[in-house]
Amino acid sequence: MALLFKFLKKARDKQAAQRDRNTFQTDHGILVFEHTSEVIQAERRLKQSGWDVRVMGPPPEIQTGCDLVIVFPLIEQLEIVRLLAANNNEPLQVVPVTDPLLEPVSLFQTKDFGDYLMIRAANMKITVDKQTRIIVNISGGGCPDVPWLAGVMVGQQLDAAPDPLEIGHTLCGYALGLACKEMKRQCLP
Amino acid sequence: MLAIVGTVPDNDFGLAEGRVALETDHLHMNGRTIPVNRGTPALLGAAIQTLAVFGHAPVFGFLAGDTGKGRGSRNLYEHLVDNVSLSGIHTLVFHYLQPDTDWHNRVLFRLQDLETAPILIADAGFMYAAKMSGAAPSYDLFTPDAGELAFLADETAPHPFYTRGFILHTDNPVTELVDRAYAHDNAARYLLVKGAVDYVMNRQGELFRVEGPSHEAMEAIGGTGDTLTGIVSALISTGMAIPEAGFAAAKANRMAGQYASPTPATGIDEIIRHIPRAVETVLNQKRYL
Repeated sequence: MALLFKFLKKARDKQAAQRDRNTFQTDHGILVFEHTSEVIQAERRLKQSGWDVRVMGPPPEIQTGCDLVIVFPLIEQLEIVRLLAANNNEPLQVVPVTDPLLEPVSLFQTKDFGDYLMIRAANMKITVDKQTRIIVNISGGGCPDVPWLAGVMVGQQLDAAPDPLEIGHTLCGYALGLACKEMKRQCLP
Repeated sequence: MLAIVGTVPDNDFGLAEGRVALETDHLHMNGRTIPVNRGTPALLGAAIQTLAVFGHAPVFGFLAGDTGKGRGSRNLYEHLVDNVSLSGIHTLVFHYLQPDTDWHNRVLFRLQDLETAPILIADAGFMYAAKMSGAAPSYDLFTPDAGELAFLADETAPHPFYTRGFILHTDNPVTELVDRAYAHDNAARYLLVKGAVDYVMNRQGELFRVEGPSHEAMEAIGGTGDTLTGIVSALISTGMAIPEAGFAAAKANRMAGQYASPTPATGIDEIIRHIPRAVETVLNQKRYL
């Protein structure tokens, strides 16, 4: 009997996982385009590049754009939008499934350590030596590109370091890119 | 046994599982060498250093190479669901993984099928996925920092990057954010909140707070949150209760930082070296040993 229950539970769990895939998942985002032809073009391009994307009807909150949208893994927004922009296929809007009215973080917190300046954007922090403008630390974040980005950026001059908005992959990379941009605004002439 | 699931920032690393050892600032696993800087390697280093105080209990790693494209994380998720024996694990920690609710759910279903459930700890990307899956109460401990706590408190945010400004604002007291996270079932059984003051909390409120030793510079050092998660996980794996382990870990992490005389430019490897002395001091003070 216990085995039967275990089997039924597993079958139910698999069904639930499949059902989730057929609806809007909470960790997904929506790419909104002006014309259906752009949606088709973007879907083909993204699928060819190996992305797990689907074309669906838009949720009611989205007022602009055409009557089809592309649903994609939100965490990979930075890389997906970069790929589309490089092919002149940029979306009108990118919004999270959970609430299409949510906007990316725009609140920066600055902490002055005397010789060093730290800026936080969402969960990401970047710290720079004020005199040499060398990036001395990157902390926070939870996506796997953060330790990699830290590895390539720490020890570099702020204006010469690779830009996370260009080489990062995830939303943590995106947040670090915004923190970096704000640091440049505050530190560079 | 303590087991840690996470990534290393190297796409050529592939997939690996096995016992992890620490020698002169490098991890060794199945003949591979991994530098200890930040992320999961820092967590592993801190956990190994903590358990050294108890006589080198084994630390097991499930690791994948991933620089943010997610392929390594997905291979690791699949490996955990289909191929791995998870028996004999007392404490299981999930760390830097590409957040993916679908894969998160499959891993959790697998864990729920085990005869004896391990203590489940989540931090970093996997904690994001746990929250977004609506499964946060299935976990025993989350270890968020300020930005991540605001994300847990914001019931609509799919990632810290989309946390609403009025919640992210620094004027919000930690207790309010924690209450809000619990009100929406977006927190684990216990929270160890990392910050200028560290808090151990649960649904009922504050259990412990740790304010010293205090070094402002610690906030800027990449990996101090990872070491805290590593120390608390290791202590829990020895059988210590979660709230007491949270308190002792927060204290020990701060002391290790103090021993390193940190500046905002200090590397996490310098702090990890001092963890055994810090843990021993804290545990002796509290007569845990």
